Amino acid sequence: MKIGVFICHCGENISRTVDCPRVAHFCEGLPGVEYSIDYKYMCSDPGQKMIKDAIHEHKLDAIVVGSCSPNMHERTFRNAAVSAGINPFLVEIANLREHCSWVHDDVEAATEKAIELVRMAIEKVKRDKPLTKIKVPVTKRVLVIGGGIAGIQAALDVANAGYEVVLVEREPSIGGHMSQLSETFPTLDCSQCILTPRMVEVYQHPKIKLLTYSEVVKVEGFIGNFKATIKKKARHINEDLCSGCGLCITKCPTKKKAYNSFEEDLAFRPAIYVPFPQAVPNIPVIDETVCMYYKNGKCGMCVKVCDREAIDFEQKDTMLVADIGAIIVATGYKLYNIDKKTFDSKYKGYGEYGYGKYRDVIDGLQFERIASASGPTAGEIKRPSDGKEPKKIVFIQCVGSRDPSKGISYCSKICCMYTAKHAMLYKHKVHDGEAYVFYMDIRAGGKMYDEFVRRAIEEDQVKYIRGRVSRIYEENGKYIVKGEDTIAGVPVEIDADLVVLATAMIPHDNAPTLAQTIGIPYDRHGFFNEAHPKLRPVESTTAGVFLAGACQSPKDIPESVSMASAAASKAMILFASDTLEREPVVAKVNEDLCAGCFYCKKVCPFGAIEVKDITDVNGIVYKEVAYINQGVCQGCGTCTATCLSKSIELAGFNNEEIFAEIAAL
Amino acid sequence: MICREAQTRKADKNMSGNALKDTKKLQASFVPPTPSAPDTAQEHSETANQKHIRSIADEITEKTFQNVSLCYQCGKCSAGCPVRFYMEVAPNKIVRLIQLGLYEEALNSNTPWLCAGCLTCSTRCPNSFDLAKFMDAVREVALEKGVEVGERDILNFHKAFLDQIKHHGRSYEVGLVADYKMRTLNLLQDVDSAPGMFVKGKLSVLPHNVKDKKSVKEIFEKTSIKKNQTPL
Repeated sequence: MKIGVFICHCGENISRTVDCPRVAHFCEGLPGVEYSIDYKYMCSDPGQKMIKDAIHEHKLDAIVVGSCSPNMHERTFRNAAVSAGINPFLVEIANLREHCSWVHDDVEAATEKAIELVRMAIEKVKRDKPLTKIKVPVTKRVLVIGGGIAGIQAALDVANAGYEVVLVEREPSIGGHMSQLSETFPTLDCSQCILTPRMVEVYQHPKIKLLTYSEVVKVEGFIGNFKATIKKKARHINEDLCSGCGLCITKCPTKKKAYNSFEEDLAFRPAIYVPFPQAVPNIPVIDETVCMYYKNGKCGMCVKVCDREAIDFEQKDTMLVADIGAIIVATGYKLYNIDKKTFDSKYKGYGEYGYGKYRDVIDGLQFERIASASGPTAGEIKRPSDGKEPKKIVFIQCVGSRDPSKGISYCSKICCMYTAKHAMLYKHKVHDGEAYVFYMDIRAGGKMYDEFVRRAIEEDQVKYIRGRVSRIYEENGKYIVKGEDTIAGVPVEIDADLVVLATAMIPHDNAPTLAQTIGIPYDRHGFFNEAHPKLRPVESTTAGVFLAGACQSPKDIPESVSMASAAASKAMILFASDTLEREPVVAKVNEDLCAGCFYCKKVCPFGAIEVKDITDVNGIVYKEVAYINQGVCQGCGTCTATCLSKSIELAGFNNEEIFAEIAAL
Repeated sequence: MICREAQTRKADKNMSGNALKDTKKLQASFVPPTPSAPDTAQEHSETANQKHIRSIADEITEKTFQNVSLCYQCGKCSAGCPVRFYMEVAPNKIVRLIQLGLYEEALNSNTPWLCAGCLTCSTRCPNSFDLAKFMDAVREVALEKGVEVGERDILNFHKAFLDQIKHHGRSYEVGLVADYKMRTLNLLQDVDSAPGMFVKGKLSVLPHNVKDKKSVKEIFEKTSIKKNQTPL
């Protein structure tokens, strides 16, 4: 085998601490090395040309490049090799920059180390086998999980590009938290006015299959070839027959039986309901826990009034299976529950703020509903306990957020802005009222965001007090808020009528369950992890699964929307060709050696390992072995290291190659 | 905590290098101090031929086993402090002054002495900073440095209380009252509550000693404060 060695100076990055000509000269004498040279920039056009020319001239079979990290330029050098007729997997990179020159000062020692690194790469490349890329077909259909603004945006983008979309929403209507908001910062646009047209567009789009009141229960397969099982929960309404007239809702005798979760428990709803008037689809749901028919078998008022005979008490949950090419997860967030928490929760509650004890201590979304024209107070600011207009209102920021002792160390990002918005909305509606905001820092990064906060302070005379509130207690119908103005260094006590807590954004309780179902990693809070925090923010580490919106980290609407569009475009990139090319660096099982212990199956982080039956000529199973799905395997090598019988080999990194590298040291 | 022996270890070079002595003795202690073994620190200093100035923030960090920089100045401690209204300086500000190296202002104020150790601040602190523990350490340092105590009577009370423990192994109320009054000469303070307490059996005439008083005394001897060890 004829090997060419190319040592890059990387400007001065490598040559400052490594004597590159000496490394190149040393390699010349090594067995198998036909040609060795150093150059200032190997990645540049002349550098690549040098490689190609050397391959032709010296009839090289494989090359070793001593340069920067393979993360940077492995692809560049592989492409150069391919254009000169060498298999791309016969190119090895010795990382002389990140692993050597950048971390050492001593030229002599660093040069020695560089030589060792190159020698290791030479020994490996001698044993490398040519590999060809794996081709897998692609199903051009996207599954979008979550029908909030991020899910809606992603679904519309993909559908408008001409691909099919299955949009799954857990609640009876799409719209998510955005549909609950009164107005949006920093423009004070009416939230529903800008959202509902998109909701309708989703409903009417021929390419979008909308599944509300449904949940994804199982995802199998791999990029381009997922199979998703979706549970469609029983609405007890025949969706094809229902015209959405709403007569059943008005006639239902259980008028105020259940808290209306859309109104954040500030209002009631009957057993048969649509979450809100603009709901999409405008088809009611029967809540079995409240409905009298399910309690004592009587009533049936809805059946009597429905002239289309759409009510179906016998309806059962149904399971749907869909072939999917890519998944966009957009499950969003929920608010941190500030009430006293149960022991099994990882979050602790704020007993000192009296949330849950005092009816006029509310959270941000409840205030959104109070301020919303479609809300329970029809847009008038009234406090929940007695319906009086609060003359003094206190907003407290960072409730839960930035509080590692309660279990949430991160900043929820949107609270500064929405608190400013709340205070502004209050001042616009209650002109003689006083609004106080307790804050720790104001984080208003964004277009026109800081100006918005300043407007609240300067124009609307909202009083901002820097300090965290220690306690809230009731005294003569007022809520005494005990704080400290840390700028003036004076204690502050405010007798408020209404207290609004800007609580942290946390992932849904079942986010980890969903992550496990799909097979994507999540962090300690339950937010889904992106593949790279800077350069791959919308991709999960599982190929073909993309993230959008607040399920990845706290986000405001524009960020969620841009992330959704980015995720949609990532899915469309996938669909641009009919087959997928995958790196052939995947593990393979030697079925003769495999003892069937399946330790590999337990450790595989991608769920790529399956059980395969080995049958004799009569078709009788005599052995079970591990089988690695090449479409799912990411080539991490965990199974290889775990395998007791050494029967799994990772292509491009097999034991022979690795041991040769070590032996070369 | 008050009577614990002061540690005489010296700070490493890096910390003293951070001191900005020109601007109002402002010593930056934002870098979490890394306690090094005493002998290596000594060696380090001798080679550098440099006099050690160990910051009080380091000392407090070592005494309390918590980083002073943990405090991010949200003010929740001051907001909930039951004795905040009597304090000259807010509790969170004491932490800030120590963080900045403005020790004189922090140690001279009455705040650490008024702290009742009720632990409301420590319980509610969002960043799990035990402020009550910190205040204890501040008092200790103030005594070690011989700083004028902001509230003399409170120190006298602490001393009188500890004296009882030293002599009897547990609290002896009548002795505590007598000791405290002799130290402060506030002879008539709170005398009106004495009869009621006596009737309820809260004031026993004779002390209830523990069995092994000698050992308790030994603890006190081993851990007593040596005054004016290092100048502030």
